[in-house]
Amino acid sequence: MSEKSYKVPTMAEKASAGEAPEVLFWVGCAGSFDDRYKAVTQAFVKILNVIGVDFAVLGEEETCTGDPARRAGNEFLFQMQAASNIQVLNGYHVKNIVTACPHCFNTLKNEYPALGGNYKVVHHSQFLQQLINEGRIVLKGGGGYKGKKITFHDSCFLGRANGVYEAPREVINALDMELVEMKRCKSKGLCCGAGGAQMFKEPEQGKKDINIERTEEALGTGAKTIAVGCPFCLTMMTDGIKNKEKEQDVQVLDIAELIAKDLNLS
Amino acid sequence: MSILPQVLFLLLFSVAGFILYKRIKTIRQMIFLGRPEQRNDQKGERWKTMGLIAFGQKKMFKRVGPAILHLMIYVAFIIINIEVLEFITDGLSGSHRAFAPFLGSSYVVAMNIFEFLAFAALVSCVAFLIRRNITKVPRLRMGELKGWPELDANLILWIEILLVSAILTMNATDQVLAERGVAGYQLVEGLFFSSLIQPLFTTFGDTSLVVLERFAWWFHIVGILGFAIYITYSKHMHIFLAFPNTWYSNLKPKGEMKNMPEVTQEVKLMLGIQEEGGAQESPSEIARFGAKDVNDLSWINMMNAFSCTECGRCTAECPANITGKKLSPRKIMMDTRDRAEEVMENINNGGKGLDDGKALLGDHISKEEINACTSCNACVEACPINIDPLDIILQLRRYVAMEESGSPAQWNAMFQNIETSFAPWKFPPTDRFKWADKLKDQEAK
Repeated sequence: MSEKSYKVPTMAEKASAGEAPEVLFWVGCAGSFDDRYKAVTQAFVKILNVIGVDFAVLGEEETCTGDPARRAGNEFLFQMQAASNIQVLNGYHVKNIVTACPHCFNTLKNEYPALGGNYKVVHHSQFLQQLINEGRIVLKGGGGYKGKKITFHDSCFLGRANGVYEAPREVINALDMELVEMKRCKSKGLCCGAGGAQMFKEPEQGKKDINIERTEEALGTGAKTIAVGCPFCLTMMTDGIKNKEKEQDVQVLDIAELIAKDLNLS
Repeated sequence: MSILPQVLFLLLFSVAGFILYKRIKTIRQMIFLGRPEQRNDQKGERWKTMGLIAFGQKKMFKRVGPAILHLMIYVAFIIINIEVLEFITDGLSGSHRAFAPFLGSSYVVAMNIFEFLAFAALVSCVAFLIRRNITKVPRLRMGELKGWPELDANLILWIEILLVSAILTMNATDQVLAERGVAGYQLVEGLFFSSLIQPLFTTFGDTSLVVLERFAWWFHIVGILGFAIYITYSKHMHIFLAFPNTWYSNLKPKGEMKNMPEVTQEVKLMLGIQEEGGAQESPSEIARFGAKDVNDLSWINMMNAFSCTECGRCTAECPANITGKKLSPRKIMMDTRDRAEEVMENINNGGKGLDDGKALLGDHISKEEINACTSCNACVEACPINIDPLDIILQLRRYVAMEESGSPAQWNAMFQNIETSFAPWKFPPTDRFKWADKLKDQEAK
């Protein structure tokens, strides 16, 4: 790169230069607006920059995939969102998409084809795993995580919904950290409580919040790092840690952040 | 020899057959209260799924203890039904142990296998009674099981215990009689399990032994016929329905929600998107968006409900239920079946059927229950026979959102945000790309 600053090209810029990037990075609403998750977006973009992946984002042309509307029952709104997103994506002849949100991932990959949007969609954990396997990401051991205990909280929309269990774990293994599994992991993983549009409303009455139940289980592993691969899980687990007043000892991090720290990018 | 027992047997057999035929017809009718749904693609994969999940009990083995106990009853059920063929032959022809002469020495082996399975099933049933009533496994003691479901579960176990006890009693008394050389009884050397209880009968006289042996024989065969009819009223229909239920499994990724083509058409009209191939047909009449009652669900949802054994593995894994919310995926399935039976009863009584002023949503399943679902698919994953409670929950939510606009206020606010700001949160769309500003100023490493 000639200039020493990070580049975040948009599809519009690429198109006007007559170029088509290898992959579209679908940022998602949380990655665009949520203060905490913006850091994940930035970490991922830094990684893409330093290893020279030819990518672009939609910028202001991106809108909600419609996932929360669909799960809450509003099929009209979902399909309105889907139709307009598909028009944009097809307009740019997008073929490959990577996203750091399992909800966007699930919707783009599984639900857009029925509405005319056919893309090869991967979650950023799969993308990072592939870059590591190909030797394009060479880990440096930064961030001081080597050998430390870590636990991984499965996102339902990545795990059970789409069968992606190993990619995030392989990324963690590449970091040379000691992965301690929770009892409820992989196909038996316990939800953080935010799926199915629960992120956008208060929970129903019960004896406990789901994220507290899950946080207790994660803390039970003794790991000081809880890795996640989903913006909603990140919020729920972070809130759980705050509720348990453990924010001084325990960090909740997305796997892209772990890689970025290892590469001394943050 | 009197022909009376044979006539009686034929009569009982025919009556039971007739009742069963009527019951199966009724159940079929209840399942097809649901809408049509095509799901017969990938036939190879479907047979494989049925083989692994239903026949091979793959998902049961996530919990090894109960899986082994269950396997014993399952194998006993399948294998002992082969012996029932002999029962029927004997019953109709007036013979005794009709298969023995044909099978020769392998008859003893077969009988010993039957006896072992009868014994193993007996042990398993006792263990299950203990789990239900003494150690009180939590998922078997939940509120939705109060009353009939709990009684039903215990009755099934007791009936099974009585049926297999009858086999063992029959063989034991039969062999005591054979050893004494009583006419009509033949010695089958080396029946292991029934020989253990033979001492119980050695003090009996010949006549009372014959009575006992005949009683056990009749009890077993009448018991099996009665049990077959009972099953159609109980939660136990999974022994048959597990097979079609797994064949019709959802083979798509669990995260994918079913599309609503009727909405797609309207959205395309609204956005002025022309379908390839010119003008569209006007949308056919849409009864209802989403599901309010059983006739809005698909027949596969209904078959799911009739296949459910109420084991509660779904509810035990449900994050909402674990944390004390009202939602229980098992109850969703039980309610769906209850509603179908309610509607059927209305129809049979010449009543209004579905128009009885009640509905699945509201009278059986509350909004509080469906709103608590995180769509995490834990229930779907947990079900040993691939029942999908989530599909029903999401269809009910669609009805609430689209027909009633009755979603929780915070969801309505979220809908509005997506409509106006294109994000579920209320941020100006022009701020969407601001995350990049900081990066663009930062020095790259």
